[in-house]
Amino acid sequence: MSLFEVENLVVEFQTAAGPFRAVDGVSMKVNAGEVLAIVGESGSGKSVSMLAAMGLLPWTAKVTADKLQFNGVDLLGLSASDRRTIVGKDIAMIFQEPVASLNPCFTVGFQIEEVLRIHLGLDKKARRARAIELFDLVGIPNPAERLSHFPHQMSGGQCQRVMIAIALSCNPKLLIADEPTTALDVTIQKQILDLLMRLQAEHGMGLIIITHNMGVVAETADRVIVQYKGRKIEEADVLSLFEAPKSEYTRALLSALPDNATGDRLPTIAEFLSDDQIFAGAVR
Amino acid sequence: MTHVLEARNLVRDYQIPGSLLKKGKTVHAVKGVSFSVDQGKTLAIVGESGCGKSTLARIVTMIDPATSGDMLIDGVKVDIAKERLTPEMRQKVQIVFQNPYGTLNPRKKIGEILTEPLIINTKMKADERQAKAMAMLKKVGLEEKHYGRYPHMFSGGQRQRVAIARALMLNPRLLVLDEPVSALDLSVQAQVLNLLADLQDEFQLTYVFISHDLSVVRYIADDVMVMYYGEAVEYGSREEVFSDPKHSYTRTLFAATPRADVESIKARLARKNAA
Repeated sequence: MSLFEVENLVVEFQTAAGPFRAVDGVSMKVNAGEVLAIVGESGSGKSVSMLAAMGLLPWTAKVTADKLQFNGVDLLGLSASDRRTIVGKDIAMIFQEPVASLNPCFTVGFQIEEVLRIHLGLDKKARRARAIELFDLVGIPNPAERLSHFPHQMSGGQCQRVMIAIALSCNPKLLIADEPTTALDVTIQKQILDLLMRLQAEHGMGLIIITHNMGVVAETADRVIVQYKGRKIEEADVLSLFEAPKSEYTRALLSALPDNATGDRLPTIAEFLSDDQIFAGAVR
Repeated sequence: MTHVLEARNLVRDYQIPGSLLKKGKTVHAVKGVSFSVDQGKTLAIVGESGCGKSTLARIVTMIDPATSGDMLIDGVKVDIAKERLTPEMRQKVQIVFQNPYGTLNPRKKIGEILTEPLIINTKMKADERQAKAMAMLKKVGLEEKHYGRYPHMFSGGQRQRVAIARALMLNPRLLVLDEPVSALDLSVQAQVLNLLADLQDEFQLTYVFISHDLSVVRYIADDVMVMYYGEAVEYGSREEVFSDPKHSYTRTLFAATPRADVESIKARLARKNAA
């Protein structure tokens, strides 16, 4: 049995111009200890599908799926309060903007201890000890002192480490990282990716990395899903995706990398692929 | 031949005022940087946040004065701390910023955004201004019908095209590009990079290209300067810097850049299976 299983997920938003389908029949499976990367451009529905699984979308979104299971539990059948006992504890998520996803009004220590109090019910002393342990784990220097700092007193990389510490605080079985390094410098990106991969291997977590950076995919993933306009275009293990991409779209995406530039000009996708051509090779 | 842009020992310090109990502090943002760029060439400035590359961009664009050092544009010395900037000088250097969502006024139409620099810096008539803006829209791959639209009606890549068009309205000699493609998707990034290359060919533009993405720099630059804590730790032609990095920080930067080739993936998977 897979840790996390999605079949035919559809997410629709009600807009003034009628329903808009952001995710159109996406299926995926993640096993424990596996790293899945979801790649796509903005508007490909990669973040929305994960937010739908977490139950974090606003009420205007209509989420349907043939199957949305985590660890054998049907997430769609749960009440909101039952779902909250799983989300944030067994499934945790890291967001793109580390500085924006922390509350500026509270110290980072308060924010990490809040999670420990709500999900694990630890007392004050145990919370503080665990928070220091977690900060140490994600490589924040002087953890005891740092607990009383506010997010604005820390750099972007440090804030992302705090977010990872919060996400890991309850030893989640599945970690979803939504563009975890997009806002960060390359040297910091390397540190954060190394940290995520180390923690994933140590804890045997399932890890879903959402990204538009092919370099990040190449450095982290076991398996890759390529999405475009809400639909799954290709799914393959990382080596075969880079070695022999099956769909035209993936091939175009790879050739748009400046690394792979052969001539003076970079090939662009819009120049030689229409939507119909892209969807012709789509898988379900 | 004179260089389009020449900088000699540029220094920029920021004073942080003290208070009753705290002493004031001086932050050395740029510590003596020298470089030169010739017409039609691209100098890339690489470094992580806080290394002073954006401060340098502000000095080159004549937004902020340098604390000391000389800057020459087309062989003419410029010091905005001492004298007012002439419109002729202002027209020579223009800038494109990183975030195309933040740099276009949401309450102005594209046409107004494009003609504003002409109103301020030239004595062109209204119909000439409009004709020039229309022509520029086509040059950057947009259409005349976009003239009366508002920025929110455009995608990120299109907005960056508008920002580039605005920078080109005054026929500048030098264009400062401050992370122009970092906020864009991969395929849109390719389109904008192609556009920049085409425009450089057509107008013989000189670029100062600021980025932290080494794969983009390797693609677009002629010369590369690597900055670290306000100092230029490496400066040379693209081939020199990429094939034989001298400074340890440059090597760290290269090692940190994710590689998307099949060999590196094989090596990583082999390491993982061995562990």
